Order: sequence, then structure tokens, then C-alpha cells
Amino acid sequence: MGGYGDVQLLRDDGLRLDGRKLDESRPVSIQAGILPAADGSAIVTHGLNVAVAAVYGPMEAHPRKIQRQDRAVIDVRYNMAPFSTSDRIRPGYNRRSREISKVTAEALESVVLVERFPRSKIRVEIEILAAEAGTRCAGITAASVALADAGIPMRDMIVGVASGKIEDTVVLDLDKAEDNYGQADLPVGILPNTGEIAFLQMDGDLSPEEFDLAMEYNFKAAKEIHEIMVDALKARYDGGDN
Amino acid sequence: MSQGRSGAEQRLVTPGMTIGSLSGMRVGSGAISQNDEIIATKLGWVRELNGTVSVDPINSPYLPRSGDLVVAHVAEVRNNLWFMDINGSFQGLLPMSLAPWKVEFGQARQHMDIGDAALARVQEVDECHNVVLTMKGVGLRRLSQGAVVEVPVNHLDRIRGDNNSNLDRMKDTSDCRIIVGENGRVWIDGDDDGISWTREALAIAKQHGHKKDFDSIMKKHEGSFARKGDA
Repeated sequence: MGGYGDVQLLRDDGLRLDGRKLDESRPVSIQAGILPAADGSAIVTHGLNVAVAAVYGPMEAHPRKIQRQDRAVIDVRYNMAPFSTSDRIRPGYNRRSREISKVTAEALESVVLVERFPRSKIRVEIEILAAEAGTRCAGITAASVALADAGIPMRDMIVGVASGKIEDTVVLDLDKAEDNYGQADLPVGILPNTGEIAFLQMDGDLSPEEFDLAMEYNFKAAKEIHEIMVDALKARYDGGDN
Repeated sequence: MSQGRSGAEQRLVTPGMTIGSLSGMRVGSGAISQNDEIIATKLGWVRELNGTVSVDPINSPYLPRSGDLVVAHVAEVRNNLWFMDINGSFQGLLPMSLAPWKVEFGQARQHMDIGDAALARVQEVDECHNVVLTMKGVGLRRLSQGAVVEVPVNHLDRIRGDNNSNLDRMKDTSDCRIIVGENGRVWIDGDDDGISWTREALAIAKQHGHKKDFDSIMKKHEGSFARKGDA
């Protein structure tokens, strides 16, 4: 059964409440270059999540104490808009957004060729306009597309995907009810070309077998979302009349 | 197109995408080698030239190189030097000794104040991205008239065209003086009609600079030029 009480998350026909199969992701759409003022930007719609990312830089790192003489620092600010959920979110930094900003920055630092820009800062702003479980994954995907759009050199892009467990069953891409009443959540940042993992968090418990299955789902989804990311980047520049 | 991007076989790659195997090829800008494969690090078109594989980025920040002609704005003035905004990650430093005037200590502000534009050349860039500018050289001066327009750095080649053909046509059509800085800033000077037409042309370059039919779009725009007095 679910993690909290008797909420039924799987239908009798084996499908999930919204009719998805166990290994089916919510629909994803991506558009690059939506903010003219930013050096690079992207909007990601993942199910009902909407994440916008803007990239500025590389620029001189301020304050100077954050400068690194041999590489750039990536300054990520993840923020949920007050209207992104039904309960109004108090504007400003909080413990959760600080944590997500930190893990996102560390994930991005592992793919961006930061050693090319000593003493610089690359500013990544992630704004969640609408939230329905899995915003950190949508945010990291958006940030990755925005970085590519800004022309920042990277050895690969990162795709944010998540799997989890509901009613003792491993499923891909939890929605809000599954996240709230499920048993586990496993968001992962995957480098689609090399298959490396840039970040991994786990909430709840998974057995080794369940973990393997969840990761299998994640890799499958990462491949699909990566294709959408590539199409979004190409569409911006290679569209019809090019 | 001087960048060799006209062929239909041109490939658009995204970061992390494998361009091909390393076998005997050299890796140029916008790519790295990993496990005997060449991997793109930027979004752009693959270019193969003389055994070197590189990626022509579609969008890239301005990275100063020594010798670049740049249109700079004064960002800060000290007693004996100016800090210039050159549209890059870091400000450029213009010392009193490399200015075209004889400047007394403390009088730097009399010659160029914050916000002024100047045509300068990059003298030196060190490994920490410190940029030293010079204004000693032919044509390097403070820009006291005209307008400055920013365009994407990666579209400069297209704005200039082969052997500056586009740029020359733009100058002829608008009857303006146009200087294209390597840092993506273009200085235009002429009469109001000429300046406004050139600004429109550069706005078109900003929007359509990456497209194949860019040249025909520009030619169409050239046909639209009319001075108010002509009507």
C-alpha cells in the first residue's frame, strides 16, 4: 500500500491513476531561446510542471571571494514562484530551494568545462512557474538546454529524470499524488551520451532490485527526453527556413 | 559564406554529441576528444578543415584575443587608467601610457569619462583573462558621435560577408561610416536616415544571421532604403 494510509495509486487494470503505464513518462515539451535578454534560456513543460531557465555569463565573479583562479563558478538560483502550487509559496530563498540550487550547481559543474573560464561566474536562474512533483528534474533539464543555448562549452548535457515506488511497484516519473502518497522517489541527473550520473538523490527506501529497475526506467526516459532537448535546440536554429 | 556553412551536408550538433572517431584528426575549438572519439562541446555546425574538426558555435560569448579591434565603453576611471567594458566576461584596462593623449596624473577623466565610447585594440590577454587595451594606433580614438549597436559575436562574419562585401554594400547604401568591433559592437556614423537604416539592417542580422537565406533578406532590405528628402 501507499506510504501514507490507504490511498490507491494503481488501478485494477495495472495502470496508474492518470492512465499511464508503469514505465511511461509524462509528456515533455521544450523550447529554447525564449528570453531575448538572457544569453541562453529555455522553458520545459514536464507534465504539469513548467520550468524556465535563464543563463547569463560567463562574467566576472562577484563578490571576489567566490572567484576561483583556475575555473568558473556556477551560481544557480532555483526558485518556485508563489503561484506555482495551490498553497501560496512564500517568496524568497528557503531551505529547500537552497538545497536544490546547490545540488543543481554541483551537477552542472561536472559537465560544464569550467576550467575554460577562470575567475568567472556563470549565472543560472531556474524559475518554477507551475509545480506538480519533479520540479528539480524539470529545472535541471531546462538549465542544461539554456546553457547549451548560451554557447557555454559542456562535455554533455544533463537530463533530469525521476522514478519511484508506489504500492510496492516501481514506476517512472511520479506525479503529485504518487509523490505525496508513494513510498520512494529517486531523482537522477543523467548524461545521456556517456551514461554517467551527475546527481542522484533518494527519498524513501528501495531494495537493490527495485533500485536497478528504477534506474533502468530513468535511463530509458533520459534517452527520450534528450531527443526532445536536441530537437528544441536544433529547432531554434535549424528550423524550416535554414 | 566564409565559414563554409553553405553546404547542405552541414551538421548541427549539440553538446555531448559524437562527431566522429578521432582517427588521425585534430580537435579544434568547440570540441574535445574522449575515448578516441570527437565530442562536440557547443551547439553549432561541424567544420572540417585541413584535418581539424571544430564546431562553429551558434551562440558564444566574446572572448578577447590580442589584436582585436573593439568598441569599448568607459566603465570606471582612476587617476591614471580607465576600466573599459568590452562586452566580455572581464573589463579591459586602458592605462594612461597607452592612451593617445598626454595625460597628467589625475586628469584621466578630462579625456574620457564614464559612459564614453572609444575604439581600442586588445594589446594583451593573459591566462587569467586580464585584458589590456591600447588606443595607440591608426584610427583608434574616442568616439564622440554616431551610434553603437550590439550584434551577436558569431554573426560578425556574416555581417561582413566575403571580403567585407556585405559591409561595403551597407556603407554604400547608407552612406554611413561603419566600424565592426570584434566584440560584437558596431559603430555607425552618418545622417539620421542612414543610421536608422543601418540599425534596421543590423537588427535583421541579429534575427536572421544564422539562416541560409540571410544574404537575400539583406539584399531585400538594401532595396528598401530611401532618404526622406528623396520622396
